[in-house]
Amino acid sequence: MRLDVRFPIGGMFTILGALLTLYGLASDQAIYARSLGINVNLWWGLVLLVFGLVMLGFALRGARRSSSDST
Amino acid sequence: MQHIQLGTIDYTILIIYFVFVLGIGWALRRVIRSSEDFFLSGRSIPAWIAGLAFISANLGAQEVIGMAASGAKYGIMTSHFYWVGAMPAMVFVGLFMMPFYYGSRARSVPEYLKLRFDEKTRGLNAITFAIMTIFSSGISMYALAKLLELVIGWSFHASIILSAVIVLVYIFLGGLTSAIYNEVLQFFLIVLGFLPLVLLGLKDVGGWSGLTARLATVATNAGFAPGAWSHSWRYMDAPSHNPMGIEWFGLVMGLGFALSFGYWCTDFLVVQRAMAAGSMTAARRTPLIAAIPKMFMPLLVILPGMLAIGLHASRGGFLPIGSDGQPNYNLAIPMMLAHYMPSGVLGLGLTALMASFMSGMAGNVTAFNTVWTYDIYQSYIRPGRSDGHYLRVGHAATVFGIVASVLAAYGATRFNNILDMLQLVFSFVNGPLFATFLLGMFWRRTTGHGAFYGLLTGTVTAALHYGLTLPRGAVPGIKGGFLGAVLHTYPSEMALNFWTALFAWTGCFVATLVISLVTTRNKTDEELVGLVYSLTPRLKEDYLPWYKRPVILAVLVLVGSTILNVVFW
Repeated sequence: MRLDVRFPIGGMFTILGALLTLYGLASDQAIYARSLGINVNLWWGLVLLVFGLVMLGFALRGARRSSSDST
Repeated sequence: MQHIQLGTIDYTILIIYFVFVLGIGWALRRVIRSSEDFFLSGRSIPAWIAGLAFISANLGAQEVIGMAASGAKYGIMTSHFYWVGAMPAMVFVGLFMMPFYYGSRARSVPEYLKLRFDEKTRGLNAITFAIMTIFSSGISMYALAKLLELVIGWSFHASIILSAVIVLVYIFLGGLTSAIYNEVLQFFLIVLGFLPLVLLGLKDVGGWSGLTARLATVATNAGFAPGAWSHSWRYMDAPSHNPMGIEWFGLVMGLGFALSFGYWCTDFLVVQRAMAAGSMTAARRTPLIAAIPKMFMPLLVILPGMLAIGLHASRGGFLPIGSDGQPNYNLAIPMMLAHYMPSGVLGLGLTALMASFMSGMAGNVTAFNTVWTYDIYQSYIRPGRSDGHYLRVGHAATVFGIVASVLAAYGATRFNNILDMLQLVFSFVNGPLFATFLLGMFWRRTTGHGAFYGLLTGTVTAALHYGLTLPRGAVPGIKGGFLGAVLHTYPSEMALNFWTALFAWTGCFVATLVISLVTTRNKTDEELVGLVYSLTPRLKEDYLPWYKRPVILAVLVLVGSTILNVVFW
């Protein structure tokens, strides 16, 4: 049984995305002066989260497909 | 220079990344049963994974730091490394060379040379390749550690040990599969880690037009036409009109032909990823799939350098000044990170930098352990042992390769621009190699003696050319002219390197051709089936859907890069 690489990729970006999003909500807004006033942690965290979840979705679909093939 | 302050969140992101790369190695440890599993992933990798690993292995320290540095130093002309250099070469290796690499069942590039020519040609290539690989891996590590020391204040020794140990563990556990899977993860991390930096930088300077205006100041300050940093072809009529100091002919022939084909078509570091693919058509698609994201890489790695130099000119002091009075171009990416990224995405950006170093290093180490085990150890030191023996040797070679890279890391210190130095090494060893493969794959008359002495002639031609010429303003020594007499002065180091590669290729091509004609063939037509174009049955691809056909992908890649060349003309 082989590892589907989309699982670790999806998992890592989901975790990083969630972490950055939460940090973006919790952090002092003053630190965003350098990023031109944009809460880049919040927005980029959401981008990573969506990317991670899409990857996980593909991985799950792949796993379901291969298990139904083998039965 | 003030160090970047990292917060808990930044360290957390870095640690999560470490956990995932090590976890991939751990999860794959059971997959390794034979040496073929360890060195070639059991030839079972899907094309898209092999394709992303193909560019990721190339996206090491040299690429990220070096391309940003060149973006600052030469502007958008740096994109020639992609749209003139890499694209045609990647198409060529996928369409025309992969059928022989993959079809011959050779386990490495040197092994192909053994099948096609003879033992001595393989030996020469295997030994020079093994040395060069350790050398590049060491430079990569050196660059990483130096940068982290300067920018974050981490200890040089600690960075080297940490990155070396992590890469060692995940390759040791999962072999090439682990390296490839991690390269895919690292590829996405590099893209998603640097993209916010580019977007913020572009927004800050007012988009492409704002950047062009700032780059005009850079160009006029350096004594060029205002568009010299923002046009890739317009100022290529004469070397004195552009910052790279080369005219179109030297660029197209030296970089576009000799250097790029030498690298992308013969370097086992990248070719190994395609050899690990699950089928012939997957192997052929690997470089073509890789070429699609590769086409857009300048946005990610060259643009930050251009933004940094633009900001340096308009705001002053953006890049620290080095000991030679020039801005320190290698710091373009770290300075951009420090300037725009708050804690959080800052950690992501640094992790992306770390990922790029690791992918490059893992690429070198996996290529090294394969060539060492199959082409040196199994061929000359202990032939005829069990497969389990060679698997153990592969593990030992992984440890040895990493230790040797660490030693090389402590040796590398000379050039301001890492890229120039690497181009120099490539031009001596790789420039001639493509002539050997071209003649070997497409002319059945090419003999073993022709290939071997042709390669030597090519390398000697390169060294002679380099030793007898000099870039303008340099003193004879490591930068050229070390043979005493300086017969020609080139306008820049880049120009000298491109022409050296072209001389190397021509020397090898002519010598191989002439020697092959005067020596007798050492392989019969029957032995060359699957190794030479005219003796190998054509592949049938009619059954594939259009988006899986190599020819169609190749056309898309070439059309895409032509459009990009025109847009940034």
